[in-house]
Amino acid sequence: MSVLYIVLPLAIVMAGVALTAFILSVRKGQFDDLDTPPLRMLFDDEPNDRRKE
Amino acid sequence: MTTLATEILAASAPASARVACSHCGQDVPRGLVEADSQLQFCCAGCRAVYDAIHACGLEVYYRLRDAAVTPPRPSESSFESFDSPAFHKLFVQRQSETVASVDLVLEGVTCAACVWLIERLPHALRGVIEARLSLRQAIVRVTWNTRELSPSRIGRTLNSLGYTPHPAKGLPRKQISRIEVRKKLIDLAVAGAIAGNAMLVACALYAGRGGRMEDSYREFFRWISAVLGLLSLAWPGAGFFRGALAAIRLRTVNFDVPIVLGLVAGGVAGIVNVVLNRGEVYFDSLSVLVFLLLVGRFLQYRQQRRADDAVELLFSLAPSTCRIVRPDDRVEEMPIEAVVPGDLIEVLSGQTIAADGVVESGQSHVLQALLTGEAAPVPVGVGAKVYGGAANQGASLRIRVSQVGADSRVGRLMRVVERGVAEKPAIVQFTDRVASRFVLVVSLAAVGTFAYWSRFDVAAAVDHAVALLIVCCPCVLGLATPVTLAVAIGRLARRDILVKSGAAIEKLARHGQILLDKTGTLTFGQLRLVCWHGDEEFKPIVAAMEKQSQHPVARAFCQALAAFELSAAQAALLHDVKEQPNGGIRAMLGNRPVRVGSPAFVNRAGISVPPSLARLQHELEQVGTTVVLVAVDGNAVALAGFGDQIRDDSPAAIHALRELDWNAEILSGDAQSVVRKVACAVGIDPCRATGEMTPEAKLALVREYQGRCLTVMVGDGVNDAAALAAADVGIAVHGGAEASLAAADVYIASPGLTPLVHLVTAARKTMRTIRVNLAISLAYNLVAGALAATGKMSPLICAILMPVSSATVLSLAMASIRRIDRKTPPNREAKP
Repeated sequence: MSVLYIVLPLAIVMAGVALTAFILSVRKGQFDDLDTPPLRMLFDDEPNDRRKE
Repeated sequence: MTTLATEILAASAPASARVACSHCGQDVPRGLVEADSQLQFCCAGCRAVYDAIHACGLEVYYRLRDAAVTPPRPSESSFESFDSPAFHKLFVQRQSETVASVDLVLEGVTCAACVWLIERLPHALRGVIEARLSLRQAIVRVTWNTRELSPSRIGRTLNSLGYTPHPAKGLPRKQISRIEVRKKLIDLAVAGAIAGNAMLVACALYAGRGGRMEDSYREFFRWISAVLGLLSLAWPGAGFFRGALAAIRLRTVNFDVPIVLGLVAGGVAGIVNVVLNRGEVYFDSLSVLVFLLLVGRFLQYRQQRRADDAVELLFSLAPSTCRIVRPDDRVEEMPIEAVVPGDLIEVLSGQTIAADGVVESGQSHVLQALLTGEAAPVPVGVGAKVYGGAANQGASLRIRVSQVGADSRVGRLMRVVERGVAEKPAIVQFTDRVASRFVLVVSLAAVGTFAYWSRFDVAAAVDHAVALLIVCCPCVLGLATPVTLAVAIGRLARRDILVKSGAAIEKLARHGQILLDKTGTLTFGQLRLVCWHGDEEFKPIVAAMEKQSQHPVARAFCQALAAFELSAAQAALLHDVKEQPNGGIRAMLGNRPVRVGSPAFVNRAGISVPPSLARLQHELEQVGTTVVLVAVDGNAVALAGFGDQIRDDSPAAIHALRELDWNAEILSGDAQSVVRKVACAVGIDPCRATGEMTPEAKLALVREYQGRCLTVMVGDGVNDAAALAAADVGIAVHGGAEASLAAADVYIASPGLTPLVHLVTAARKTMRTIRVNLAISLAYNLVAGALAATGKMSPLICAILMPVSSATVLSLAMASIRRIDRKTPPNREAKP
C-alpha cells in the first residue's frame, strides 16, 4: 500500500496540470465568447468556401 | 447552384399571392413585384445588400441562413469619420507599424450566417487581415493592413453587406470587466478542482474509519486534505474574507460574515486536529462549501453582466459623428469628440444636435423632450440657442458651437446625476438583514454548546461547537439566493427587461412610491394626431398637402393619415401647393382655395370659423393641444388637434401597479395644465401630478420621498437621470437618452409600461421563492444544529447532509421559478 505515497501526490499534480491548462486558456480569452466559436467550426466544412478553391 | 431566392420563388409561384424578397425573405409589397424577374426585392436596401453580397462572391450566405431576416437599412453615411485623427486616437489599436485593429458594433447581426458573412470580410476587401465576430455582443474585431486600406472602406463594405458599423464605446470598461469575469472563472475552476480532490481524499478517510486503515496512511491523508482545504480558503475563498472584512470595517454585517465565521472555525479546528492527530478534519466540507458559494455568485454575476452589456450596446448605437463645416464650406463627418467650441456644425433633418450652440443659418423645429420633458417641438431660427441632445425635426440647421462636453447643458446635468449617485441612501439588503440575525443566533448557540460540553470534556466541546458552526453555514443564502436571482434576471432579459443589479429585484418586491415621468414614459413623447372634427372627405386632401412640408405637425399629419390616399381625379386637381412661412399650407383644388394651418394663419386670410369649431378650438388650446384648422372656399370645415398621445397601456399599467401597492405620481418638465390632463387620463389624482419641474426639483422630490418610503423613479430623459440615479430603484424606459440608461438600475427595452408591471410581479414571485427557500434552510439548520450541539451529529452525516441540503434548496429554487414563468407567458418571443 505504500505506493499511495507516490500515487496520491501524483494524482494531485495531474489535477494541477489540468487546472493550469484551464487557467491559461481562460487568460488567453478562450472563454470570453462561448456562442460564436461553435458556429464558426461548422462553416469550415463548407465545400463552397473560397479558401479551398 | 440554386439560390434560396429561386427556391422561394418556385415554391410561392402557384399561390402567386406571396412573393418573398430575394434578400430578406419577407413579403414584397405588391407594387414592387417585378414580373419576369427571378429576383424580387422589398426595398432598395435589400437590393443593394443582395448586389454587394454577390459582387463579393459570398452568395453561400443565403444557403447558410435558415430564416427570414429583417430588411437591412444601410446607412447613407460615407464613414469618412472613420479616417479622422480623432477616430484613430479613440478607437483604433495599433498592432504594429502596418497592422491596426478596431472593434465595431454592428447593427442587424442575428444568426450563424451573419458570422459566416462577416468573417469572410478578408475575401471581400483586400487589406483586411482578419474579422472576428462575437455573436452575442454583435461586436466585430477587424484587423487590417494600414498601407492597403483606410478604415472608412471597412465601414462602407460592412455597411453595404447590410451591417451598419459603429465604433464600440466604453472599451476600457469592457476590458476591465472581461478581466474580472476571467478572474471569477479561474477562482471557480480552482475551487472546483480542490473540492473534487478533497472529496476523494475524504472518501478514503471515511471508508477507512474504525481502524480499518493504518495510522500512517490516515495521517498522510489528513495532511493532504489539510493542504487542499487551506489552499481553497486562501485562493478562491479569499474573496469572502475580503467581503467580510469590508463589512466589519463599516460596522455592518453582510452575508460574507456568517460564511467566514464557518470557514474560520472549521479551518482552525481542522488544523489543530491534524497537528494533534485527533478528531475530525473539516477541509472536505469547507472546500465544497467554497465551490458551491462561488457557483451561485458566478451565475448571478454573469446574468447581471449580460444585462449591462445589452445596455452598453445601445450606447454604441447612439450617433457618434457630427458634420463639421470647414471655412471653405466643405462638410466633414467627424467623431463628436473632435468638435471644439467655435466650430460650425451642420445638423440634418432628423439628426440629434451634437453640442450646445447658436443657430447661424436655417429655420427649424427642435424637440427637447429628452432634455426638458417638453413634448411640443420648439421653433428655432437664426440666433436661437440650441442644446446638445435635442433632435432637429425640421430643415437642416448650421450651428456655431459654444460649449462641448462637461460645459454643455448635458454635461452640467450629468454632474447633478453624479451627485444623485453619491448621495443615494444605502438600503440594507434583505439577505444581509437575515445574515446579521443568523450570525447572532449561530454564535450564541455555538458559545452555549461549548459552555455546556466544556463541563465534561473541553476537546469534545470544541468539536461540537465547530460542527455546529459548519453545519449551520448559510448555504442557502450563499447559493440558492444568487441562483434564484440569476434565473429571474435571465428570464426578465428575455422579455426585454434588463436588470443591472439583483438588489433592484429585492426592492421592487416591496411597496412604496413610484414616480413617473410624463413625456416618453406615459406618453409617446412625440406629436401625434389626437382628434379630428370635420368631414372625413378632407383627410386625403390634407394628407397630400402636408406631404410637401417638413414641419413637425405636417409629419404627424402624414403619419396619422397615411391610409388616406388621394384619388387620381382629385390628385390631378390639386395644384399650387405652397408652404407659408407663418404656420400653414395653401393650395388650389381645381379653382377652390384650400388652407391648412394654425388658427392665426387661417384667421389672417379672413376665413369664418363656425362657433362650434371655435369653441372646440378654445377648449383644446386650454389643455395644451396644438390646433390646426382646415378651410375650403373661405370656410373652416375641419379641425385637427395635435398633442403628445398617451400610450394605450398606461392607464391599465397604473391600475395594476396600484393593485400591487405602488402609489403612482407624475413628475414632468412640461406645462402644469398638460400634466394634469394626462394624470386624469391615466387615472392618477391630478393633485399628485406636478409639472414644470427642473431636473434639480425632480431630484429634490425623490429625496423627500425617500425619507418616508421606498422610492422608484421611471423616466427616459436626461432631465430624469439625476432622479433615476438617486431613487432606490431607477428604471429607464424604451427610447431613453444615454444618460438615463447609464443612471438607471433597470432598463425596459420594449415600449410601454406593461413591462413595468411584469417586472414588479416577477420581483414579488422571485422574493417569495427566496423566502420559501430560506424557511426550508432554517428548518434544516435548526434540526442539524440541534443534533450537532447535542453531539449526536457525526461529521460523516454532516458531510453528507450539507451537499444534499444545498441540492434540495437549489432544485426547489429552479422548480418554483419555472412555475413563475409558466404562469405569466412572455409577451414576445425570445431573442436569438
